[in-house]
Amino acid sequence: MSTPLAQIKPLSQPVTMPAEVATFSPEVEAEMDRHIAKYPVKRSAILPLMFIVQRERGYLDPPAVAYLAERLDLRTTDIWEVATFYSMIYTQPVGKYHIQICKTLSCKLLGSEKITKHCSEKLGIKVGETTPDGRFSLSEVECLGSCGTAPMFQINFDYHENLTPEKVDQIIDALP
Amino acid sequence: MRITAIGCEPLQLRRVHLENSRSLDVYRANGGYEAIRKVLDSMSPDDVINEVKKSQLRGRGGAGFPTGMKWSFVPKDSPKPKYVVCNADESEPGTFKDRYLMERDPHMLIEGILIAAYALGAKTNYIYTRGEYKYLIDIMDIALDEARAEGLLGDKILGTDFSCEIHTHTGAGAYICGEETALLSSLEGLRGHPRMKPPFPAVSGLYAAPTVVNNVETLTAVPDIIKMGGEAYQELGTEKSGGTKLWSVSGHVNRPGVYELPMGYDDMEKFIMEDCGGITNGKQLKAVIPGGSSVYIMRADQIVDQDVRMDYEGLVAAGSMVGSGGFIVMDETVDIFESTKNLTEFYKHESCGWCTPCREGTDWLVKILKRIDNGGGRPEDAKLLLDLCDNIEGKSFCPLGDAAAWPIQSAIKRFPEDFERRLIQNGKA
Repeated sequence: MSTPLAQIKPLSQPVTMPAEVATFSPEVEAEMDRHIAKYPVKRSAILPLMFIVQRERGYLDPPAVAYLAERLDLRTTDIWEVATFYSMIYTQPVGKYHIQICKTLSCKLLGSEKITKHCSEKLGIKVGETTPDGRFSLSEVECLGSCGTAPMFQINFDYHENLTPEKVDQIIDALP
Repeated sequence: MRITAIGCEPLQLRRVHLENSRSLDVYRANGGYEAIRKVLDSMSPDDVINEVKKSQLRGRGGAGFPTGMKWSFVPKDSPKPKYVVCNADESEPGTFKDRYLMERDPHMLIEGILIAAYALGAKTNYIYTRGEYKYLIDIMDIALDEARAEGLLGDKILGTDFSCEIHTHTGAGAYICGEETALLSSLEGLRGHPRMKPPFPAVSGLYAAPTVVNNVETLTAVPDIIKMGGEAYQELGTEKSGGTKLWSVSGHVNRPGVYELPMGYDDMEKFIMEDCGGITNGKQLKAVIPGGSSVYIMRADQIVDQDVRMDYEGLVAAGSMVGSGGFIVMDETVDIFESTKNLTEFYKHESCGWCTPCREGTDWLVKILKRIDNGGGRPEDAKLLLDLCDNIEGKSFCPLGDAAAWPIQSAIKRFPEDFERRLIQNGKA
């Protein structure tokens, strides 16, 4: 006996696009224009614009996706398909400080697991989680090109290298 | 972290230790922008390509394809615009040389791109930098502005008829975008999927126009080739591997860093034990991955007392490859099963999902390695892993599949004891 179609759970929840479209200040709009002007095809500016949107709104929420589609003369599905390919584009909120610990071989050889454990205990969250106050997210990521100064993590865009648990404490405690 | 040249005068690393090395003034005071002057004053585009051919410069990103030949594939009669794209997506585990070149000497890259653009007739050029290296994009943008203000970029460069523009572009965390056709897809604003070759980018690349994609280290070698001449550059290295090469050294060595060596440097053992200060904590050497995580892993006894020559041919003869020059050193305490599992997780995470052998194959490799790691190893698993690798290697759409298979194949073959221990002890308990 086959399952009635209506009872099959969809693999993912469909995203309902809101009527709302994100807006940005004239300065940010001008910054986006400068990126778009670099390319003969508008669509090429999609990643630079996504980073600007993330800086302004924290992540790529549906109103921002609607905005980018309009801005680049694309469909919203074009924006989603690119957004979901790249690990640095967030379609869910992340903490104010995103701690990304490199876990690939050179860092692993020099103790990245110890750094992950220390961060996890210090912040009281597991890898992949965000603190309840939204201040920290903790991730393990693949090679960040800092193998000669391993172990390391990146907090948002800042590299922190040659880490020890003590150094991790200093760095995290000094964050504003 | 040490940044230095061994066995040769520093060429690419000549300016990295100077104060303010990234500024235009320091670059110019130390030989900078003399090569583009020479090119614009006295050389035709074909002259430039010929010098690069004579230099025996081979692509430093990993594949090692002769650069001059790559440039000569660009059709001269195409009515379409042409593009030079610098691949600064440096994501191969163990590799971090491009990062320091851009951080310390950004104008050397700009000059290299200008010369390539002149040789190929490109008016618009891009530097595709991985998203995590945002601070390098900022450094490059400042350097580009400096160059523009001094008439080294834009319209009528240095008062000649040559005009060209260079823009920075950002990736967003995808290893696959270091593969040149995936990089071009990404630069067009698409998912970073690789494309079918042929047509090669030289014929149909960015926006379906003739395009050359070169690594940062490749392009930064070009100004010196022009200044000293292709033959003199080649003679710094060997007959078939011209010039010098940067090696990113990491892992269990006392002095990790970026080392510039002449191609054909005569002894890998000496390099590890003396130049890089030997193994940390007085331990014994167990293994080296010499060319970034994708190449064959080498046993210590393939290196010690073997006089392994460090160039393209020498490393192939020794059983591995130059690749990107990401040199990962491992001491006797490392379990090669563990290190291989770590790298396989990397390839699984970075597989773009475009073709079935790589997408499904890397997933299954990780599933099996995890099962073994959790105590569920079976004696036949080594054969199972090799069978799976055989279904990926050469059958995937782009080289990422090969890169995922090679570390496992070589690790099982060269360190069978580290796998057998897991398979027998765990499997028959």
